[in-house]
Amino acid sequence: MNWQLLPQFAITGFLNGGPIALIALGIVLIFKSSEIFNFSQGQMLLIGTLSTWWFWAEEGLGLPLWAAIILGLTVSAILGLLIERLTLRPMTGQPLLSIILMTLALSQFLQGMAILTFGTTQRNFPAIFEVTSPYKISLPFFTYNNNPMMLILKQNLVWSFGVAMLCVILLWAFFQYTRTGLSMRATAEDHETAQSVGIRINHIFGISWALAGIIGTVGGILIATASGLDLSLPIVVLAAFPAVLLGGLESIPGAVIGSLLIGLTQGLVALPNNDFILGAEAAQVIRSSSEIIPYIILLIVLVIRPDGLFGQKRIERI
Amino acid sequence: MAIMRPSGDFDRSYKQDMTVIRQRWQYILLIMTLLALYTLPMYASEATVSLINRIGIAIIAVQGLNILTGYTGQISLGQAAFMTVGGYTSTLLMTRMGLNFFAALPIAALTAGLIGLLFGLPSLRVKGFYLVMATLSAQFIIPWVTRTLWQDTLNGAQGLIVPVPVINLPVIANQCFLSTTFNAETAQCAYRFATPSQFIYITLTVLIFTTIITHNISRSRLGRAFISVRDNDLAAELLGINPFAYKLRAFFLASVYAGIAGALLASNLRHINSATVGLNDSVLLLGMLIVGGLGTSVGPIFGAALVTLLEEIAVVLTPLVITVAPDLAGGATAALRPLIFGLALMLFLIFEPRGMAYRWNLIKAGWRLRPFAK
Repeated sequence: MNWQLLPQFAITGFLNGGPIALIALGIVLIFKSSEIFNFSQGQMLLIGTLSTWWFWAEEGLGLPLWAAIILGLTVSAILGLLIERLTLRPMTGQPLLSIILMTLALSQFLQGMAILTFGTTQRNFPAIFEVTSPYKISLPFFTYNNNPMMLILKQNLVWSFGVAMLCVILLWAFFQYTRTGLSMRATAEDHETAQSVGIRINHIFGISWALAGIIGTVGGILIATASGLDLSLPIVVLAAFPAVLLGGLESIPGAVIGSLLIGLTQGLVALPNNDFILGAEAAQVIRSSSEIIPYIILLIVLVIRPDGLFGQKRIERI
Repeated sequence: MAIMRPSGDFDRSYKQDMTVIRQRWQYILLIMTLLALYTLPMYASEATVSLINRIGIAIIAVQGLNILTGYTGQISLGQAAFMTVGGYTSTLLMTRMGLNFFAALPIAALTAGLIGLLFGLPSLRVKGFYLVMATLSAQFIIPWVTRTLWQDTLNGAQGLIVPVPVINLPVIANQCFLSTTFNAETAQCAYRFATPSQFIYITLTVLIFTTIITHNISRSRLGRAFISVRDNDLAAELLGINPFAYKLRAFFLASVYAGIAGALLASNLRHINSATVGLNDSVLLLGMLIVGGLGTSVGPIFGAALVTLLEEIAVVLTPLVITVAPDLAGGATAALRPLIFGLALMLFLIFEPRGMAYRWNLIKAGWRLRPFAK
């Protein structure tokens, strides 16, 4: 096994976790305020990213990229508001199954809408960051054949991670310092108490859906700019679901750390090569497990610590 | 909702109280319906028969899900994964062990049941939403296993070709009857269930059995225990019902049904791989259950029929959509299917969460109370 590639794979995986963290944050935001787990997050960000593309593309409006991104984020915010108002508001007080199925039905509906409006073709999403000339960083302390070890990182990967973390910090500041953010935290704490101090919790639900749409779409744009845009974009949320549970359903730092850990693991399972200790076939199996490793982690988390790393402890009879 | 009976219809014994089919005209209606279904291949087109086939298989899977979700209240997003297990097991038993389809079917059902039990184990520790995630992981792990592990047996992502189910009949008076063909190897007459219009006999027969069994489960001790676990697990425990044991039983039964449905589907399609049924189908099955009506015997039948018909409507509407938006050509069906299904499910969840079964009961009650009810 080529251990010298370990830091390379680990750090690449970790950086890949950045955009996942944004998507996971969207899910956590909605869950915190309204206890709804949004299975349609992937389709929300698909529509947001596709509309960003449409505002930018020649076939669409042909706007400059910054304007297209702002408009795309506006579309996803409006979409989030509409979804909350039209589909989830009538579901208040309904059992868990109905609410879960509502977001699943939404994901189907939005997928259909996305195909109907934008078609099935693969889109060229504009490159936001420099693609050529990756960063080369020589690692201190590590050597390989008496040469200093090099980390080769794609620029867009590093910058995507940077943007993702910037969004996380902005979001943190929003919750810490703004009036709306504070009322969202109050709503998450207790609906009745929040209402009794004059917070309109219906507005808060709407805002959290809009916000989830926006940061999900930022994540979607970051992924699309790195790996192209087509209808399979929602698949990325399948890595975000386990990340949310790993971090704890209500925890914002948990969602970020969970996503980075999921990214890290996905990077690490790509590591074994043909001279792996257990043989080439085992290495092949491990390499192909990157799509399910989040779910194996999820099962372990559910059995050992269902509340996740930073989630609220719920004392509940089962 | 109280059971509404026409005046003069009283029970005179416990046996009479327990009967499912109460009146002669109901018997006649049932027999006529079954006759119509069994003779369907004689007058209906191949496409219609194939549609009925798919509905039948979907009903079986939804009936299993109904035991787990409708009666026991445990939500599962893994039903399609257990169908995959059933399909692969029956195929391997037929190709590798040379078993007959009808011997392979129960074994496949049991295998799927045991795998389902395995993924039901987290229900001892978590419930509600967390359990959804545990079953969701089954939905990813099982297809991955069939794609990646034991490549020489399972043939990786390509999957397996499924043999035609065959029933062997003895030769009578040196002749083969009932459109069977003589098989020199076994010196018997073989009836091959190759086309949908032949396969539908298997689907219908299995469906009749599963319907009777599901209905009887729901009104026996087992079913009442399931319902008590759903409604209040603490109270159930006080009544001497171990919630964990019953949750696991529900998981087992649901996966057995999924295994049967999966084996039937594989033999009907004559091919199985990891993508034959997937997460979308799990969602579809849950949707069918909601549309039909949770925790009712007729719910799965209504739900599976309506949702499958909606999918057909998507196919019918495709040319229309293409004339409006010609550059969509390839994606029109792919767009309409989830769109129509999602919309229907959302409308049902908002306006009639009790499903079609409840409406059906209302109609029946209204009919019985006429002319005093609207």
